[in-house]
Amino acid sequence: MTRATPPSPSRRRFLGQSAGVALLLGVQAGGAIAALSGNGETDASGDFVPNAFIRIGTDGRVTLVSKQPEIGQGIKTSLPMVLAEELDVDWKQVRVVQGDLNPIYGSQGAGGSTSTPTNYDNFHRLGATARTLLVRAAAQAWNVPAAECRTENGAVLHGASGRKLGYGALVRAASALPVPDARDVVLKDPAAYRLLGTRVGGVDNALVVSGQPLFGIDTRLPGMLYATYVKCPVLGGRPVDANLDAVKRMPGVKAAFIVEGTENLNGLRPGVAIVADSTWNAFRARKKLAVTWDEGEGARHSWTGFLAQAQQASGQPGAAVMRKDGDVDAALAGAARTVEAAYAYPFISHASMEPQNCTAWFRADDGTLELWAPTQNPGAGQALVATTFNIPKEKITLHITRSGGGFGRRLSSDFIVEAAAIAQKVKAPVKLTWMREDDLQHDHFRAGGFHFLRGGVDGDGRLVAWHDHFVTFANRVEKKESDGGSASVLQPGSGGNLSGDEFPGRWVANCLIEQTPLECRIPMGPWRAPGSNVFAWVFHSFIDELAHAAGRDPVAFRLELLGDKDLVAGTGERGVPYNVARMRNVLKAVAEKANWGRRKFVRGQGAGVAFHFSHRGYVAQVAEVTVSKEGRLRVDRVVVVADIGAQIVNLSGAENQVQGSVIDGLSTLMYPALDIDKGRIVQSNFSDYPLLRMPDTPTRIETHFLKTDYPVTGLGEPVFPPLAPAVCNAIFAATGKRVRELPLAKADLSWS
Amino acid sequence: MSKYTLHVNGKAQAVDVEADTPLLWALRDTLGLAGTKYGCGVGACGACTVHVDGQPARACQLPVSSVGKRRITTIEGLDARAMHPLQQAWQELDVPQCGYCQAGQIMTACALLKQHPRPTDAQIDDAMAGNLCRCATYVRIRAGIQRAADIAAEGKGKA
Repeated sequence: MTRATPPSPSRRRFLGQSAGVALLLGVQAGGAIAALSGNGETDASGDFVPNAFIRIGTDGRVTLVSKQPEIGQGIKTSLPMVLAEELDVDWKQVRVVQGDLNPIYGSQGAGGSTSTPTNYDNFHRLGATARTLLVRAAAQAWNVPAAECRTENGAVLHGASGRKLGYGALVRAASALPVPDARDVVLKDPAAYRLLGTRVGGVDNALVVSGQPLFGIDTRLPGMLYATYVKCPVLGGRPVDANLDAVKRMPGVKAAFIVEGTENLNGLRPGVAIVADSTWNAFRARKKLAVTWDEGEGARHSWTGFLAQAQQASGQPGAAVMRKDGDVDAALAGAARTVEAAYAYPFISHASMEPQNCTAWFRADDGTLELWAPTQNPGAGQALVATTFNIPKEKITLHITRSGGGFGRRLSSDFIVEAAAIAQKVKAPVKLTWMREDDLQHDHFRAGGFHFLRGGVDGDGRLVAWHDHFVTFANRVEKKESDGGSASVLQPGSGGNLSGDEFPGRWVANCLIEQTPLECRIPMGPWRAPGSNVFAWVFHSFIDELAHAAGRDPVAFRLELLGDKDLVAGTGERGVPYNVARMRNVLKAVAEKANWGRRKFVRGQGAGVAFHFSHRGYVAQVAEVTVSKEGRLRVDRVVVVADIGAQIVNLSGAENQVQGSVIDGLSTLMYPALDIDKGRIVQSNFSDYPLLRMPDTPTRIETHFLKTDYPVTGLGEPVFPPLAPAVCNAIFAATGKRVRELPLAKADLSWS
Repeated sequence: MSKYTLHVNGKAQAVDVEADTPLLWALRDTLGLAGTKYGCGVGACGACTVHVDGQPARACQLPVSSVGKRRITTIEGLDARAMHPLQQAWQELDVPQCGYCQAGQIMTACALLKQHPRPTDAQIDDAMAGNLCRCATYVRIRAGIQRAADIAAEGKGKA
């Protein structure tokens, strides 16, 4: 009935032996393919194992390893599709298994929409290399030149003689061949792809719809105990004392203890662990727990206080200047029209459906630690555990489970290091499960922020001045000598650092971008499209304000702003170039697909446009909305045009990401917000932290991919950012009301 | 701890748990049926939806001591071959992203289809409003329910 999550013996053997197989190609940390050994030995299993990702049995069955964590982005399906394409095997004959954390796979972090771009080319080469070996084996068997052979559907064919050998029959011979020279490996012509670009269902769908154990929280080991971990409600606080004896008397409780933790707000936070014989017995014992907390300085912080600080800061020069071009004040003084506006957005939580959890098993006899973690960032999890407890990495095994949503939350490893801390105190495997309340209130949050903007247009309706004073949030971090200094610094949270290159920086002759950090004890972390997920809303809303001030069409105003150059270089050595031509093309395409400017809307209806470049993707969107007189918003239609390069890997997965990003974008615009009161997060569950549900879902989401000659890039993030400004600009077109504060649910959109 | 007999997926199963233990945790921890998911613990997300005597219910809100002889169906027991029209449609249309909420979505949709074999979009919106999907696969869930209705109708046509 139940299935243990640990890998089956056969899978263990597979991975264990990968290090010693005949023709081992791995993806090294640098991303290059390298022959790690090539001594002509045959894999002990008798299978053909040309590299760490591909195994072909004598029965022709193909097993492919997914190295990246699956968090709902579809990578466990799409990257193996690349291998299968180059291998020329029938996808129905392919089995995909999740790889553990293993250096042989190279980087395994699934963040920043990097899984596709960093692996795509390598995976083509890995698949093609294996195919080359199989062709050579067949050519040898037939004594014909390899060039006369071709592959199809898991077999090598010799056209002239009509002979055919299935891959299974070639396993022995192929295993004995040396690794081909990289120059002799020919990748498939994209025109010949049979699998890439088609719609393929997720490899785990059958298990998902039948409720089989897949996720971290489903981990079940013999003798396993269940833990909960209670942290100070005031972020940054710590427990001083607790009624542990009373807690230990609760039914099923096996242990209760204080964990000291560390200073690192994103590391092992201090707290109280309760270990029981079931999840519920651990949860219900919490009701008896009474803790004396040292709340720390965080207790002085509140959202209203931060707002007052931000307003005060807005009247002062920024703490740092991120960009200064020309003379903004002079340009504003000389502008035909100017606009001033303040935009604000709150802290939000990730709220992945699967609460954070991790199973850990510490064996005191040999000091090894085994982890089962729903993580996006297994390497970072292992590293945090290693440094926190001084356990060598070689003694830490990490099994990557499926994640019930990521959105950046599982790039953090706090839940892993907590499980590791608890496991060292009990003599059994232990599963730590966060309650939803823990998950919402002890997130590594998307930082709130405040933007104080001024802009000006000239008599011809062109943008001539842009000033943003961004008030952001930061934690104080002690810099070690080894990091190049010993002073403490204020480090803005993930996504809370505004680059001077952020559009329209670089495009406006008179541009001043300043930033002031507010110190807080709130841990922050990457949240789907960090930075971009709010900057796109602020800047494309304000650009829209300026377009309307200039009396210009919002698309025409933006096209003119983008200008005629095809490429704008990044500033400084680390600046990212901006391919203006790609952005112009998606913007023009979305205007055309949406019939922009050619449709008449009645009052209460309207269209809005926005674009954004992030995570290597160029995306433009048009939203059409209806706002009732009472102020109820309905998004009728969203048109998305995305340029993410030369190839869509899995069309079904890609469309799913686009639809999901659009609706997540709308959800995040409309609903979630966290209040902070005396250092505590006020909201605690979905009942007071609403997210979008089925009835608010737009009925029409149209997806268009522009195929270009550029490298193939990721799609987990870049479609998210333009949605919010497109909708808010449409609301303005429909009602004349400008949304300058999130969430939208707080705004009165009624009109008469 | 007390012993209770639960009728789950057509089998009588003994569980020895505290009386206030939600059915959710008895299913997951005691009976090893992990398909029913923990999402919020307050009945606000629908991830733990099961059927109690054929009606959708939140397993996180149902103490084991209150279940009695009522019949529980979980996602694992929805169809012996895991080929319920909804399970077929979900795979055909590639509905899931992370997949965590989908068991609850399917259990809720199943109850909807029993009541309305050909649901309108408004009926779908209404019935499914209690089930959160953080990946926001709502467009495909809607389509999946309609497709399942087709599959069910085709099946009846053949029979």
